[in-house]
Amino acid sequence: MTAVAVESHAPRPGDVRRPRRSPRWAEFPLAMGMLAPSAVILGVFILYPLGRAVWLGQQRCNTFGDVCRSNGFDQYVDLFRSVEFQNALVVTAKFALLTVPLGLALGVGLAVLADKYLRGLGVFRAIFSSTVATSVAVASLMWLFLLQPSVGALANVDFFNALFPSVKDPGWLQDPGTALTAVAMSSVWANLGFTFILVTAGLQSIPKDLHEAAAVDGAGGVRRFWSVTVPMLGPTLLFVLIVLTTRAFQTYGEIDLLTDGGPKPQDSTTTITYFVYGQNSPIRSDPGLQAGSAVLLFVILLALSALQLRGIGRRIHYGD
Amino acid sequence: MATEPSTAARRPKQANAHALSPARARRHFDQPVGWRLAARYALLVAISAIVLFPVYTTVVAAFKPGDKVFRNPLVPDAFTLDVFSSAWSSGNLAQYLLNSLIVAVVVTTAQVVTSVLSGYAFALLDFPGKNVCFALFVATLLVPLEATLVVNFDTIDSLGWINTYQGLAVPFLATAFGTFLVRQVFMTLPRDLRDAAAIDGVGHLGFLRHVAVPLVRPTLGALALFSFLSSWNQYLWPNLVINEDDRNTVQSGLRLLSKSNLDEPNLVMAGTVIAAIPIAVVLIVFQRQLVRGLTAGAVKG
Repeated sequence: MTAVAVESHAPRPGDVRRPRRSPRWAEFPLAMGMLAPSAVILGVFILYPLGRAVWLGQQRCNTFGDVCRSNGFDQYVDLFRSVEFQNALVVTAKFALLTVPLGLALGVGLAVLADKYLRGLGVFRAIFSSTVATSVAVASLMWLFLLQPSVGALANVDFFNALFPSVKDPGWLQDPGTALTAVAMSSVWANLGFTFILVTAGLQSIPKDLHEAAAVDGAGGVRRFWSVTVPMLGPTLLFVLIVLTTRAFQTYGEIDLLTDGGPKPQDSTTTITYFVYGQNSPIRSDPGLQAGSAVLLFVILLALSALQLRGIGRRIHYGD
Repeated sequence: MATEPSTAARRPKQANAHALSPARARRHFDQPVGWRLAARYALLVAISAIVLFPVYTTVVAAFKPGDKVFRNPLVPDAFTLDVFSSAWSSGNLAQYLLNSLIVAVVVTTAQVVTSVLSGYAFALLDFPGKNVCFALFVATLLVPLEATLVVNFDTIDSLGWINTYQGLAVPFLATAFGTFLVRQVFMTLPRDLRDAAAIDGVGHLGFLRHVAVPLVRPTLGALALFSFLSSWNQYLWPNLVINEDDRNTVQSGLRLLSKSNLDEPNLVMAGTVIAAIPIAVVLIVFQRQLVRGLTAGAVKG
C-alpha cells in the first residue's frame, strides 16, 4: 500500500502537496476508520438534530407536549409572524445593536491605546484581557450583584444613588426601559477581553514600516488609524464582527441569570434563545414550537453571517 | 484616539536621538511624550479601573460578613473567611468543580483525539467521497448549538443519560472545528516527510503517532485549551440535562446557588470567586496557547 503511494508521486516531483489523483480504494478502510468517531458524533448530535428539528418544527403538540401532530410547514410562517417570536426577534436585534458596535469599538480602541511602546503596558494588557477568564455565569453574577436594587453594590453607594436614582428604584434590571441595556453592558464587559486579545494580535501583525511610511508622508495619528490600522485589521475585524453578532443572537446565560426574560409583562429581555429554552418562556412545553424557533434562529444566523461576509468581506484586503 | 499632528515635524529630532544612543531602549517613532504620555496613562488607568470594578466589588463582598455587606460596598471595612467556607459547604462547590473538571478533561481529550484522526484522514489520505465527507463536516460548523439542543435533549433522555457525565460530555466529543484546524496544520507538513517514512515501511498510524503529532504540538495545545474552556463554560446544556444537585457543573451549580440565595449576595459572590479561580489559573499558565486558540477557535464562537 505504502510503496504504491510513493510511486504515484514519483512522476510529478514538483507537485508536492495533495497531487490530484483518481480516487483510490486502497486507503478507504483506514480513512473510514479514522473519520468514524468524529462522523458518528457530528452526525448524531448535529446533523440529525437539525434535520429532526426541521421536521418537529411543523408539528403542533398538546399542552403536555407528549402528543404531537403534523401542522404543515406553514407553521414556520405562522411562528415567525407570531407576536411572541416577533418580540423575541426585536429584542435580540436590539441586543445585537447595543452590544456589537460598542464591543467592537471598545475592543479596537483599547487595543490601539495599549499598542504604543509604554512602560507597564503588560499590566494594562492583562487587565483588558482579564474578562476572557469569566464564564457567562461568573460575569453575569458579578453584574447581578452590581445592579440589584436592594442588596446590590451600586444601589448602596450614596453618590451613585444620587446621580442615578433609578438604580435603586425600580432598579435597572427591573425597569422595562433599561433592562436590556443593563444586560447588554454586562455582556459587553464579558466579551471585552476576547475582542481585545484578537485585535491586539491583529495589530501586532501589521508591519511597523507601514505606519512609519505613512508618518513620513505626513499622516497624523487619526489619519494613520483610518488609512493604515483599520484596513490592515480588516480580516480580524470581520471575524470579530461575525463572532460578536453570533454570540449576541445566542445570548442565553445573561438573560437567565439577570432578568429571566422579564421584566414582565413586556418580556423586554426575552431573546430568541431564551424564548426557546427559558424557564419562563410561553412555549416551554411545546417541543414543536421550540424546535421551530430553533430552526428559525439557525436560518437567521446563517443569513446574517452570509450578509456580513458578502457585504463587508468583499471590501477587505487579505494581503498576499 | 489620541492624535499626534506634529509627528512629521518631530521625526528628524527623534531619528537623531535614536542614532546617538543606540544602547538605550529604542523609542518608537510615534511614542507619546510629555503631557500626551501623561494623558494616555491617565486614560489607561481610568479604563482599567472601570474594567476591574465589577471584580473589585465582587471580591470585597465575598470577604464581608452578612450584616456588613450592604453598607459601604466599595470599602473593604470588614474581613471574614466564613462566607467562603459556608459557600463551599452549602453550595456543594467541591462537587461542582469536580464534575466540571471530569467533563472538561474527557471532552478535551476526546476532541483532540477525534480531531487528529479525522484531520489526518482529510489531509494525508486519499479516498473516494473525500470531498463530500469534508463538505458535510464543514456544514456542521454553520449549525449553532442552540438549534440542536431541543432534539439532543430527547436523544440523551432516551439513552437514559439525564443527570450523568455521559449526558454532559458525549454530544461534544468531536468538533468539525478541531478537524478543520488539525487538517490545516497537517497539510503544511512536507509531503516528502510522509514519503520518506513510507519508504522506511512506516504505516500511516505509525507516521501519525511518531512524526505528525509531535510536529504539530503547538496547534494541538491551542485546540486543547480552547476545547477545555468551551466545555468548562457550557451553560445552557448542563441546565437542560442536569436536575440532580450532585451532577451540576460549576456553571449550573452557580445558577442554583444564585437562584436560591438571592438575599445573600456575599455568599453568591464567594461562590463566584471560587468558580472563577480555576479558569484564571489555567489562563495564566497557558496564556501562550490562548491567543492562538482564540484566533483559530473563534470560528465557532
